[in-house]
Amino acid sequence: MISLTDVHIKFGINTPLETHALRGINLNIKEGEFVTVIGSNGAGKSSLLNALSGEIDITSGKVEIANKDVTRLDTSRRAGMVARVFQDPLGGSCEFLSIEENLALADVRGHKRGFKRALNESRKQPYRDYLSRLNLGLEHRLEDKMGLLSGGQRQAVSLLMATLQPSNILLLDEHTAALDPKTSQFVLDLTCQIIKEKKQTALMVTHSMKQALEVGSRTIMLHQGKIIFDIEGEERKGLTVKDLLDLFSKTQGEQLSDDALLLG
Amino acid sequence: MSLIALLGAIESGLIFALVALGVYLSFRVLEFPDLTVDGSFPLGAAVSATLIVNGWDPWLSTGLAIIAGALAGILTGWLNVQLKILHLLASILTMIALYSINLRIMGRPNVALLGEETILTPVENLGNSLGLPFYASTPLFFVIVVIVCTLLLLKFLNTETGLAMRATGANARMARAQGVKTSWMILTGMALSNSLVALAGSLFAQSQGSADVTMGVGVIVVGLASVIGGEAIISPTTVLKAALACIVGAILYRLAIAFALNLDFIGLKAQDLNLVTSILVMIAIVIPRYKFRKARS
Repeated sequence: MISLTDVHIKFGINTPLETHALRGINLNIKEGEFVTVIGSNGAGKSSLLNALSGEIDITSGKVEIANKDVTRLDTSRRAGMVARVFQDPLGGSCEFLSIEENLALADVRGHKRGFKRALNESRKQPYRDYLSRLNLGLEHRLEDKMGLLSGGQRQAVSLLMATLQPSNILLLDEHTAALDPKTSQFVLDLTCQIIKEKKQTALMVTHSMKQALEVGSRTIMLHQGKIIFDIEGEERKGLTVKDLLDLFSKTQGEQLSDDALLLG
Repeated sequence: MSLIALLGAIESGLIFALVALGVYLSFRVLEFPDLTVDGSFPLGAAVSATLIVNGWDPWLSTGLAIIAGALAGILTGWLNVQLKILHLLASILTMIALYSINLRIMGRPNVALLGEETILTPVENLGNSLGLPFYASTPLFFVIVVIVCTLLLLKFLNTETGLAMRATGANARMARAQGVKTSWMILTGMALSNSLVALAGSLFAQSQGSADVTMGVGVIVVGLASVIGGEAIISPTTVLKAALACIVGAILYRLAIAFALNLDFIGLKAQDLNLVTSILVMIAIVIPRYKFRKARS
């Protein structure tokens, strides 16, 4: 169970540039739930993710993961509970390290790192097996530098890295946004597959309303730092992008400009 | 060039290989441009020379010099990580502070080690009994020191912690997301880097027979020249190759300097050393780029 209680994030407090990125977020995510998050630019999607991962210190409120108050823990101390795939394909892995070294790094996420050899044959075999499910031939390229891979390949490997060790929540930060449509679909399919297989609790931020409705079990929409709607179950089934837009104008009394969100 | 001069160049090349490994650790592994080196090199010399002159065991003195170097590195790291001072500035502040500290440690601008028992004394004695002159036995001893340090460093960089350190420099955000305490890694890496440099300073003082407060001037440039020059010769695709590049770079650099200063017809003198250093670094930086451009077009 992950819960956010009255979370506020303000940037540049007491300056002319003060912004209120999150304005009182209350959110409970049950174990095994796959939540998709939509919202236009500046709605607070990234702030929500950073509040969960610990990358940003929240201004007020409380963050709990697995019934443990983690509000004051930084990213590295939450790493055992939170796994993350970044939007930037270059962001989730180290390009100067080899594929196997990247996996080895992720393999001890949240664990104490000692002076054992990071890689040996008995550790490499599971990596090979795990990589082979991608059907990209990467299992034969363990020693290649991560920087040699394409964006899609890197995102796929980042996804494997994030799910190598169990976590209480997997954060996906528009992780398909920087890819071409075909690769994007491949990574999205892989994401759904792994989440289903591991019964992984996940939160995926996306720019695409269509994608937000197609995958996952629950969708929330952020607008100006607040959750303006939260739908799941029967109510969510059969919902179309148009319904979503209608819902938005009904709750907010304003039209969402078409270019604010990708409809496709 | 005489044999003595040649072996002398190799000897200082080997000492500066340790500096290059330290610089590789800060500049390349941690991506932390660290100028502390100019202070921690004479710090290592000052600590060990002062202790040796005061009758301490030379091995213990060298060990304490290494620890002093580590502390200097930790200070720079702490200024950056905790006080959020820009890395370059943090290292300059430590470097400047170390100038005074080194003077305090020695109590005067230089300490002579002539006639004192250093860690090289038994090496020279052993060399003598085998019929080797001191100018050959000392470089041989340094070969062993460099090999041991390199192997230890490589072993460390391939452990879980070492991998975390490499990730910290390459992509700190990702490293944190993997649970790496990046500030801790920077402190450890800086300590390691500067302890290697202090060891080099200590060995340099013991082989040259004196420690001098100004002996650190330009050490960072020499270290960097060795790293960059070495990388131009051996492409650093793995940590092993990167470490080899440092060693090869440092030795070749010293040889190049020795040759340049020995060629009478150019008319270079010892005082031109820093000018030659500067030019060599420029060449080392520019040539690989030029090669790359040609290969592309």
